[in-house]
Amino acid sequence: MTTQIIYKTLLATIILLLSLIVAMYSTLIERKMAGWFQDRHGPNRTGPWGLLQPLADGIKLFFKEEFMPASADKFLYILGPSLTMFIALLISAAIPWGPDLVINGAVYPLQVADVNIGILYIFAVLSIGVYGIMIGGWASNNKYALLGAVRASSQMISYELAMSLSIVTIVMMTGSLSMSEIVAQQQGFNWNIFYQPLGFLIFLICAFAETNRAPFDLPECETELVGGYHTEYSSMKLGFYLFAEYINMFISGAVMATLFLGGYHFPGLDKLGLSPNVFALVSFMVLFTKITFFGFIFMWVRWTLPRFRYDQLMKLGWKSLIPIAILNVVITGVVILLNL
Amino acid sequence: MFTEYIFHFLSILSLFSAVMVLASKKPIHSVLFLTLAFFAIAGHYVLLNAQFLAVVHVIVYAGAIMVLFLFTVMLLNLNKDEQSQKPMWVKIMAVIAGGMLMLTLIGILRKYDIQSVQDPMTTQIGLVKNLGKILYNDYFVPFELSSVLFLTAMVGAVLLGKKEQI
Repeated sequence: MTTQIIYKTLLATIILLLSLIVAMYSTLIERKMAGWFQDRHGPNRTGPWGLLQPLADGIKLFFKEEFMPASADKFLYILGPSLTMFIALLISAAIPWGPDLVINGAVYPLQVADVNIGILYIFAVLSIGVYGIMIGGWASNNKYALLGAVRASSQMISYELAMSLSIVTIVMMTGSLSMSEIVAQQQGFNWNIFYQPLGFLIFLICAFAETNRAPFDLPECETELVGGYHTEYSSMKLGFYLFAEYINMFISGAVMATLFLGGYHFPGLDKLGLSPNVFALVSFMVLFTKITFFGFIFMWVRWTLPRFRYDQLMKLGWKSLIPIAILNVVITGVVILLNL
Repeated sequence: MFTEYIFHFLSILSLFSAVMVLASKKPIHSVLFLTLAFFAIAGHYVLLNAQFLAVVHVIVYAGAIMVLFLFTVMLLNLNKDEQSQKPMWVKIMAVIAGGMLMLTLIGILRKYDIQSVQDPMTTQIGLVKNLGKILYNDYFVPFELSSVLFLTAMVGAVLLGKKEQI
């Protein structure tokens, strides 16, 4: 019992550190990619290939002046970025990162919390993710920040609907709400994306909107709103907001890989006859590669597509994605009914 | 033992935040305390082994309804103190009405036999599988009727919203 508690704490700490390191280096990769897309070098002065750039950015943010607007709500102003960071890190608990480890005959699952409603837990955390932005935007007492916060909330509520409807089909096919069960059913090359391509596309579009990434980054649209919800933030509080975006990107890549791309499964990997621990490690690397692929898509889209207009965003969400998602649910239901 | 400490913590948290909803001066603080109260109640559901109810409670109340509340309060920018000032007689009436409701509730709870409640840990009624089976087998008609009720409410809200054009 105690070893299990120690193991879970250790695992949670490792996942926390992993998300932070990945988010840190995502900023560098994003800037390198931007350079590549725009035919320039990107950051290459700090360390070899600019590898120390994230550290330099972090140090810079820490040493910036902490500025707080005089008319700001002091408590909520600090609560905003903290909450954003906290909620961004909360989702990783329900994701199965790999098959079980076996140490001295005892089985250690590579998942912090295997709850039987894992998928709903992820939705619950996603749905409260908007609080950090809203509280921060309101507490700054700035009209641009407020507009950014209002935009963020309506955008997130709208895209959550289509997102949950696209997941309903996965739940219907799997017959379970548990994340480990969903991954277990995608063994080999039996990935959900081949059965639910439409659901995957809807989920991907909604993931862009939920993480506030371009082309849906209207809450921080700098051409209209200065800096959006974080206009009044400086120093590490701003850093938290920017950092949470990259953590969200990493985690939503992990969720998409788990739900649609077979999680840590790869065809033929289980037939190689590896020992359980090596197998777990290789499987984790497979999942990590899939997450990296999604990270690449996130950045590729950001530096390719222009930003949507706000009414276009709402029209896409309510008048296209939700009807298509409902149609997808109905079709899946009919197919499942006829097959059985 | 450990769950008992969590129970006390959650009870104090939910009561404190519920009181603060009424005591806060700024409407936005009231909304945030109400959200905190919902989270504390969701924690109580987890202690009662009703994980599904807890998560749905968070998704629906904290994730959707309270965000809409917050959205409205922000959009109308209701952060001035004097807007919630009511005349004295309204306050007295509200206290009397609320007190009568509380008396009724205490009267009901005093007669209620607590022993008849089944232990949720043994019945496992709160787990999603059992709950779904009961909802779709034993209570199918009321469940579907309530969804029709929600749909009617939505259509009604849309109709009220665009009353100029009809």
